[in-house]
Amino acid sequence: MLLISCPWCGPRDESEFHYGGQAHVPYPQDPSALTDEEWARYLFFRANPKGPFAERWSHATGCRRWFNAVRDTATNEILAVYRAGEERPPTPGPRPADPACPGVPPLGDFEDKAPSGPIEGLGAEPPAHRRTGKRTLTFTFDGTEYQGVHGDTLASALLANGIIAAATSIKLGRPRGIFSAGVEEPNAVVQIEEPFPEPMLPATTVELYDGLVASSLSGQGRLAATPDPARYDAVHDHCDLLIVGAGPAGLAAAAAAARSGARVILADDRPEPGGSLLGTGELLDWVAETTAHLDAASEVRVLRRTTVFGYYDDNHLLAVERRTHHLGAAAPPDVARERVHRIRARRVVLATGAHERSLAFADNDRPGVMLAASARTYVNRHGVLPGRHAVVFTTNDSAYAAALDLHAAGVGIAAIVDTRTDPGEWAERARAAGIEVLPGHAVVGTDGAARLTAVTVAPYGQTVGEREFTADLLLVSGGWNPVAHLFSQAGGRLRFDDALGSFVPDTCRQAVEVAGSASGVLDLAAVLAQGAAAGARALEAEGYAPETPRLPRPPAQPRPTPPMRVFTVPGREGAPRFVDLQRDVTVEDLSRATGAGLRSVEHTKRYTTAGTANDQGKTSGVLASGVVAELLGVDVSELGTTTFRPPYTPVSFAALAGRDRGALSDPVRTTALHEWHVGHGALFENVGQWKRPWYYPRDGEDMESAVLRECAAAREGVAFMDASTLGKIDVQGPDAGVLLDRLYTNMMSTLKVGMIRYGVMCRPDGMVFDDGTVIRLAPDRFLVTTTTGNAAAVLDWMEEWLQTEWPELRVHCTSVTEQWATVALVGPQSRAVLGSLAPQLAVANEDFPFMAWRETTVAGIEARVCRISFSGELAYEINVSPWQALALWEALYEAGAPYGITPYGTETMHVLRAEKGYPIVGQDTDGTVTPQDLGMSWVVSKKKPDFIGKRSYARADTVRPDRKHLVGLLPEDPATFLPEGTHLVADSVLPAPPVPMLGHVTSSYRSAALGRTFALALVKGGRDRIGERLYAPVGDRLVPVTVASPVLYDPEGARRDG
Amino acid sequence: MADTALTAPPRSPLAHAAGRLAAATRASGGAVRLAELPFLTQVNVRLDAKGPAADAVALALGLQLPLEPDTVVRAGELRALWLGPDEWLLVGPPGTRHELEGRVREAAGEEPVSVTDVSAQRTTLLVAGPRARDLLAHGCALDLHPRVFGPGRCAQTALGRTQVVLVSRDEARAGFWVLVRSSFAGYLTDWLLDAATEYV
Repeated sequence: MLLISCPWCGPRDESEFHYGGQAHVPYPQDPSALTDEEWARYLFFRANPKGPFAERWSHATGCRRWFNAVRDTATNEILAVYRAGEERPPTPGPRPADPACPGVPPLGDFEDKAPSGPIEGLGAEPPAHRRTGKRTLTFTFDGTEYQGVHGDTLASALLANGIIAAATSIKLGRPRGIFSAGVEEPNAVVQIEEPFPEPMLPATTVELYDGLVASSLSGQGRLAATPDPARYDAVHDHCDLLIVGAGPAGLAAAAAAARSGARVILADDRPEPGGSLLGTGELLDWVAETTAHLDAASEVRVLRRTTVFGYYDDNHLLAVERRTHHLGAAAPPDVARERVHRIRARRVVLATGAHERSLAFADNDRPGVMLAASARTYVNRHGVLPGRHAVVFTTNDSAYAAALDLHAAGVGIAAIVDTRTDPGEWAERARAAGIEVLPGHAVVGTDGAARLTAVTVAPYGQTVGEREFTADLLLVSGGWNPVAHLFSQAGGRLRFDDALGSFVPDTCRQAVEVAGSASGVLDLAAVLAQGAAAGARALEAEGYAPETPRLPRPPAQPRPTPPMRVFTVPGREGAPRFVDLQRDVTVEDLSRATGAGLRSVEHTKRYTTAGTANDQGKTSGVLASGVVAELLGVDVSELGTTTFRPPYTPVSFAALAGRDRGALSDPVRTTALHEWHVGHGALFENVGQWKRPWYYPRDGEDMESAVLRECAAAREGVAFMDASTLGKIDVQGPDAGVLLDRLYTNMMSTLKVGMIRYGVMCRPDGMVFDDGTVIRLAPDRFLVTTTTGNAAAVLDWMEEWLQTEWPELRVHCTSVTEQWATVALVGPQSRAVLGSLAPQLAVANEDFPFMAWRETTVAGIEARVCRISFSGELAYEINVSPWQALALWEALYEAGAPYGITPYGTETMHVLRAEKGYPIVGQDTDGTVTPQDLGMSWVVSKKKPDFIGKRSYARADTVRPDRKHLVGLLPEDPATFLPEGTHLVADSVLPAPPVPMLGHVTSSYRSAALGRTFALALVKGGRDRIGERLYAPVGDRLVPVTVASPVLYDPEGARRDG
Repeated sequence: MADTALTAPPRSPLAHAAGRLAAATRASGGAVRLAELPFLTQVNVRLDAKGPAADAVALALGLQLPLEPDTVVRAGELRALWLGPDEWLLVGPPGTRHELEGRVREAAGEEPVSVTDVSAQRTTLLVAGPRARDLLAHGCALDLHPRVFGPGRCAQTALGRTQVVLVSRDEARAGFWVLVRSSFAGYLTDWLLDAATEYV
């Protein structure tokens, strides 16, 4: 959602504005002096540059002012805004792209440098302790009941029960195990069955609750067959600083901002802050203390269980908060289950962490193969041992800490297999703990069916010297991928970081910084310092004074050894090496893609589907790029990654819909008489957003008989309808007549006060845009009516011309659509009914002629009565305050009872007007129809020097004799009904295609007055065909029809005066 | 139209919803207050803010028409809301529209000033109480924080899927006025009551 700065109201969401096309295209001074080509150039030709472009916008939902903006069409960035009539300012350059990580002050600014050297027991304590004393929860998986504890995810609870295989793969049907401990999970994607069915949720993100019923899937879930009873909603949030991720970097950033007075939102997708620290078990006291500090700060909001899933223009971010999932069946029904936060942030700090990357080795998909840091999380956070005997396979230091924690927790570590020949101090540390380290080695194969049973290793790149280890767990670490998804969505550029062996945020035009491992920094002390610095910088930029937070001293670490960049690992002949576990895509599949000539990761992605599953390739994306790079013999840095698009993780449609569903999905507009219509059995038609009575069936009546009855009442007695929905615009000022003369095709300035004139408005291309009546209230005041659906468009149209072309005119337009309720009183007896209620009104034809209006009282209510007719009958439109509309309506109903007064709806209105050949704009016209095409040359002034559309009537195209004209159609069989839209052809036998089409039916009805069916149609040269027979293909029949004048009823107009 | 001599009591656009609004207010235990304020006088005034009519009208009304966008000037029971650089909405107590319209027209004299009675064009919803801001934030993209949209601010914007004029009232804790087109008032009421579910 762009933020567009209205020159008057300031920045508002783009949805408040209407686009008006290229700016500075002035209306020609004298259109009649232009050649057809010059006029066509004005009408149809607009610039379409790549780059800065001056265009018109209207603040339609706000102050209704038109203004100009310079927008870069390539980036959508609004470079400048200026008021209508002002010169275009010099085009400023685009926003500069700022570095994602501008740098970190020396660590000493925050804390003493941590001493180096080995320390004891990295956060390890006996894992069972983590589970004792917690509330026990009962759940069911694949039909078997199990128990977990409060704080478990479904995945950790399954692991605690010894279950690791949680799915079978989609294509190959191979058993798959829990692979990770977070949103990146490719394997353990399950179906929730109860309390409400939800497909495809990663078990690693499902919080356990009592009564949870889930089942494993083979790659595809099932949608619920019953409607979701839960509520969903949305909320708009604003803040000075949004921090995404409450790990060490995010918490440090928030701590720097907490007491500054700035409005801060800290969003994290897990139930509690801490991020990676929850998995490593480090600094948990600091996490608790900082969280309490943030919760107590008045302008800081910590959004838990909230995934920021989309990063859009102008720092607009979308997040979804899961509010009641974790409560299971106990979720209160009045609390929205999920809430979408639409966050507009002045500054953003992305502290989204990193995902561990896997390696493409032989048979790397058996249940028991798990990302190393995830296994560490299960031990430290959940107190669960994911296996008993493990092998660790790594290319970098981070897996050593996992191995040490698991070792301390009682998991036997058979060996750490490191592709690096010199793993350095971490290896020393592992050996000191009694763990065998195999430098320069790799896993070449695995065994096992339902679960891993053995791991075979060999010197890296060799097939000799194999060793087999019995193991039920294989921890893998191929390095770390910064979670750059949101940064990339923001328009940020990534660069390849050689030291890290992955892509990291580089620069971005939005006000965003990246901190912590999301920026590629893995050292905890540096992560904390970077987070605090990013938070402080954001606040300073917004004019707040940050505080220097107390940052903890992380335990000292062994000296790091650089990681080795490894993607594919040679191994057993014929064994699959999976890249994308969820899509079952292997190195061999990618090799087929490159073999077929594909050279881009975007193409190999589409060829193999790698990265397209609902995990969106979080663990496989960079790996796939690496594999393809190896296959093509290029460096992965040249190849790049596939594009990151929202949402970061799947979001339910229900959440996106929020409360915009059912009755609230679109506004329903009603008139002051709506309840009466409902009470009298009306069926309703949607006209724009209005509900209009369609017809009022009596007991047992179908639509056809109800409409025939209503039509007969209007033609023979008296009938009335609610016409309040017509658009009404008050036009005031000394130049009101001038404005209307320019906008309508006919002359309005000559209209006398007290009289009414019908008018047509056209676009500059001469095509009909709207029609209606114009009432002259006073010398400098008119009331313009518009069609129901076009009221807002006509007002916008008038304002556009006034503000951008004719600012010198002293005239103002104000919508008064709802200021008046309008009742149409129609039929030969209408005069009698009106006369009985308006004793002060001289109703005789000579006193109150056609197209006049009078102010009087009707049923004691102040009213403006207009003698106009949309049916050809004697008719009145009575306008009163909507506050009195019901009283008027009921008085008419009562006074008309002796005459059989009948309420009628839009269908009858349509029939009555069509019998008279009155077109409905938008039904009988479609933007290609001129007033002349409608047979209304009389409404096009010959006297006025110019008006909108005039020049176009002299174009060659608008004077063609074979233009489509509005005509009547009479089926030869008076009972045959032509569906609207039916085509018309010349011959009784269809020739070979293409069949020349002569026109089409625009309106079609059964007429009580004519005693037959009839239609209106747009037909080529139609007025010259009157009397001709044409054919209308209806189903497999060709129905013969006769072309007629569009005025089929009372062509003399004898009924108008009663 | 005269404000008197009516045969039937006037009926406001939300007369049918009064019970539901009152019930929600009661059920919220003070968290939100929702009610229609019917029949407020509303007069739309268009004039050149730099022209002679501006001062004359200000004098006649006893208040300066606000020149700063999206602000309200109040004098007693009369408020002038900025709607545009040459457009204001005067809002006063029910039954004063003739008098108000007359005052502006008379002050303007021969100047090209447009005055339009729009009292029935929109009705007014009161949204007040400690959760009023949270309630509106479900459907209003504007930043309603008191630092940004404090007393004396107004805005034409969207609430739910409806165009509204939002007014932050100047009395302490008086909440907001939501001026909504009468035809949309029923929809907006349904929307507000639905959005208020968690507060009642």
